Amino acid sequence: MRIELERVTNTFGEGPTARTVLRDVTLTLTERRIGVIGHNGSGKSTFLRLLNALVLPTSGRVRIDGLDTSRDAKELRRRIGFLFTDPDAQIIMPTVAEDVAFGLRRSGLARPEIDRRVRELLVRFRLDGHADHPAHLLSGGQKQLLALASVLITEPLALVMDEPTTLLDLRNAAMIGRVVAGLDETVLLATHHLDLLDGFERVLVFHEGRVVADAAPDVAIAAYRELMSGEP
Amino acid sequence: MRTTALGLFRPGDSAVHRMGAGSKLLILLVLGVTSVLTQHWWWVSAALVTGTLAGYRAAGFGVRVWWTQVRPLWFLLAFTAVAQLLTTGWQRAVGVSGSIVVLVSVAALVTLTTPTAALVDTVVRLAGPLAPLHVDPERVGLFLMVGIRCVPLVADLARQVREAQIARRATTSTRAFVVPMVVRSLREADALGEALVARGVDD
Repeated sequence: MRIELERVTNTFGEGPTARTVLRDVTLTLTERRIGVIGHNGSGKSTFLRLLNALVLPTSGRVRIDGLDTSRDAKELRRRIGFLFTDPDAQIIMPTVAEDVAFGLRRSGLARPEIDRRVRELLVRFRLDGHADHPAHLLSGGQKQLLALASVLITEPLALVMDEPTTLLDLRNAAMIGRVVAGLDETVLLATHHLDLLDGFERVLVFHEGRVVADAAPDVAIAAYRELMSGEP
Repeated sequence: MRTTALGLFRPGDSAVHRMGAGSKLLILLVLGVTSVLTQHWWWVSAALVTGTLAGYRAAGFGVRVWWTQVRPLWFLLAFTAVAQLLTTGWQRAVGVSGSIVVLVSVAALVTLTTPTAALVDTVVRLAGPLAPLHVDPERVGLFLMVGIRCVPLVADLARQVREAQIARRATTSTRAFVVPMVVRSLREADALGEALVARGVDD
């Protein structure tokens, strides 16, 4: 997968309250494991939302495998799944199995095939014992696994994850990390749990809307720590 | 502990579970109309409440499950009953309160015994003839889905805001409840909308 950002700037609001969250970002990404780090408000989430066309650039262009997010949002969302920080916001159906099946509602697949795929994913994420349970009663870690299963059911080529472990304890964060490490899909992961980036090929450090470091994890994380040590 | 007022689907093999979603919605409609039209005959409402309880029994649920569905309404029921008692008499109080109990109980029995996907599919099918009038049946189904989803979401928000109110010793302030509740509900609505778009719902 080839992700290209050309001079992308994003500004929210107008007049004196306008806030620029991304400034003139130009990048080409082709790696299968890309980490995104930076403090809160540095532009990470906006950058990730651009990739799924949840946000469009105020100026500049975002292209993925040649598709422009401003024109081809529908096709891009089929190719790129998005995992939010708060799984509660992502869970739509009342029960676990129904929520996973939701993504295939308009797929045209026969019911038995949908059920088979749902079962397969629930077993893979050890949620099969909860298939008919209310989704909002799962633990935080299980909810994030459910959200991930609900994205994977549509077989995206890439997964964009916006701090999926921020609301989780260390045990569940590590568990999500192991699941992410085992995924076949291209992964773009924004996180404050820096150990999740072990084995990643490339890490981007965002600061005040710009990419201030772009390197292998150890180099980028060192740059990030140095940046933070200078903050008040 | 998170709560839910609306009955979430509980798998089962009873006759009520096996009944088609369309038939259940039709029964709900007929009972709804009947209970509204006959609420001045107290014995009809009483009979319908008894019938509804029998429906719960037939679905394999006890009185406790039924009570869980009705309990959140106790204030409304008490208020309605007292108001009717003072203005029109006990027969009307039983009739009106009974019809509310019947409607809520049967609606909950439908959702308790029918997978949401089956309910939504039925509603989408029923809304099919409206397509020439530029009504998107899938969108009608989506409204139902989001409505069902929002019940536990809003209940949980209300619990969190209430807890914050208690923690800040502002239990008597209506504003301390309403303002954060509205702000957080709007935020949650925004997040849910974004999630629906991310999952390709609006494509």
